[in-house]
Amino acid sequence: MYVYDAFDRTLVTERVAEFRDQVGRRLSGELTEDEFKPLRLMNGVYLQLHAYMLRTAIPYGTLSSEQLRMLAHIARKYDRGYGHFTTRQNIQYHWIKLAELPDAMADLASVGMHGMQTSGNVVRNITTDQWAGVAPDEIEDPRLWAELIRQHVTLHPEFSFMPRKFKIAVGSSSHDRAALRTHDLALRLHRDGSGELGFEVMVGGGLGRTPFLAQTIKPFLAKRDVLSYVEAILRTYNQFGRRDNIYKARIKILVHELGPEAFAKEVDAEWQSIKDGALALDAAAIGEIAARFHYPAYQRLDDNPPELAAARRADRGFEAWMSNSVANHKVAGYAIVTLSLKPEGGTPGDATAVQMDAIADLADRYSFGEIRVGHEQNLTLPHVAQRDLSALWRELDAIGVATPNVNFISDIISCPGLDYCSLANARSIPIAQEITRRFRNLDLQRDLGRLHVNISGCINACGHHHVGHIGILGVEKNGEEFYQITLGGKADENATLGTLIGPAVPYAQVADVVEDIAAAYLELRTRPDELFIDTVKRTGVEPFRERVYAAR
Amino acid sequence: MTSPLEQKKIKVTGPVVVTANRATDGAVVYRRADGRWTTRLDAAAVVTNAAGAQELMSGAIADDLGAVGPYVAPVKLLPGGHVRPGNLRELIRLGGPTIELPGAFVGEHAPEELAAHVRL
Repeated sequence: MYVYDAFDRTLVTERVAEFRDQVGRRLSGELTEDEFKPLRLMNGVYLQLHAYMLRTAIPYGTLSSEQLRMLAHIARKYDRGYGHFTTRQNIQYHWIKLAELPDAMADLASVGMHGMQTSGNVVRNITTDQWAGVAPDEIEDPRLWAELIRQHVTLHPEFSFMPRKFKIAVGSSSHDRAALRTHDLALRLHRDGSGELGFEVMVGGGLGRTPFLAQTIKPFLAKRDVLSYVEAILRTYNQFGRRDNIYKARIKILVHELGPEAFAKEVDAEWQSIKDGALALDAAAIGEIAARFHYPAYQRLDDNPPELAAARRADRGFEAWMSNSVANHKVAGYAIVTLSLKPEGGTPGDATAVQMDAIADLADRYSFGEIRVGHEQNLTLPHVAQRDLSALWRELDAIGVATPNVNFISDIISCPGLDYCSLANARSIPIAQEITRRFRNLDLQRDLGRLHVNISGCINACGHHHVGHIGILGVEKNGEEFYQITLGGKADENATLGTLIGPAVPYAQVADVVEDIAAAYLELRTRPDELFIDTVKRTGVEPFRERVYAAR
Repeated sequence: MTSPLEQKKIKVTGPVVVTANRATDGAVVYRRADGRWTTRLDAAAVVTNAAGAQELMSGAIADDLGAVGPYVAPVKLLPGGHVRPGNLRELIRLGGPTIELPGAFVGEHAPEELAAHVRL
């Protein structure tokens, strides 16, 4: 966990007082909505279909049990008893009352949390791998770098009015669990030929109306130069990004129109003037941030303790969960546990206050008080002793977060869609729920293997449909909901945008289409361990298209 | 700041109401003929021409403290004077999400048609 200092605490406390004053002036009529809207957005307060929505930042997806308990408290006291974890590792509350928002924010501030920069044309929450600091294939904890950048860009006046929002992700493992190339800017820590550590810098990714994958503009950037180079990118974007057309304002359009080489040249010219200035990082500056990340005092334990093997043999349910939701840890005797927020018929990413409180308690007992949020809208307990897994599983199962479907077809990424969102054209959640019902048979899900279904209720693509193995995009046609289906998208280190398979299908047929696609895959795969995504890559979308539209 | 009235001309091709979100809590509200807001669509002022819609909008925009983001929304008129939302978005705004919420919330004024959208 990163431990905030007095400066951070003062910042969030002052912001609450400021916002309380602004809400008071709004409710008294002193501020009009036009005047108030930019102020509320600076604190993550949106107005959705039915109510105000508060988006709370969870920096790089890391939460303490104390913070998760506070998120439960906010859900219970100010909302309707639940919250929604998002693809940007944040949490949203959908039913907040304006007059109560200052109190909710004060409660959040008491545990160092806030809604700053979860909206507006600023650098948004910096995301990373939910297994940061514990993944065996990781080079170094990427959160240190996310935190450094977070501190630099928080309320930075030069980057408070950019052409459009700006999303940054940082990764440091061979397997990309942070969807790096879907971001405006992504940094991937790796070693060069001489073994030196540095960053691959990728820019211009983004989904939405015009999807692009980020392109590498610098294969290797020394650690000391991270802040100055990020600053140079933000300045270049600030200068050349379009402000005349909201649909062309993201950095992806600039990078695409200039070309990555020309964009990199502009960045480099800017960078040369600042790289050896105040933003150059020395070991002391890096060490200062690193020292505020506290790691658990792991015990010396052996992998695969006898009691774990016995429990796996004794209970098929436990064995199914073990082989699905538990991953290797970099420390012997420990494991990384994913908590599925995708129960059959549930809303992807939703957790009730009761669940959040229970998970916070379990984190205290089994995971050194730490919880992570993943961009796939599940939670993670990152430091569980293997000998405790059986006991933990029983408790997770009792609160409904141990469905062994992680990375399976029912582990769906979904935006809130037209059930909540004022931008949406069509519903997402009921589509996701119906797919989980159709595939309730876990043996079938296991047989289908890794298969990511991503659903968005509009072109803005909060549900990452472009990079779903099966992508579903809701559109509106003559007042009816229709859904475009794409296949073959990927968000990992081999990121790819999906291919549209044909005309949009009506709401009532979407789950049937997904069943058809799954059936086609089972027939088309050359062997049981050929993954869905590999079959699509080998065959193209044509055989799937034929199957889906033959009967329609 | 350009007012919504100046941004685009109001086109009305059937019965419409003016709707917005209540400033205090974001609840969906409708403009009444007497210039107040109501959460009941049945109590909303229904107009069928641009001049009527324009008049409702003018009053709605002037009441910035009462509700925000007013716009003209289509409705359907049923026998007996009942008013129903004209499209799915408005149906969901009136009745709440079509899914079962963890708190088992049911919209205060959920119309019967919403039930048809609850399950596939």
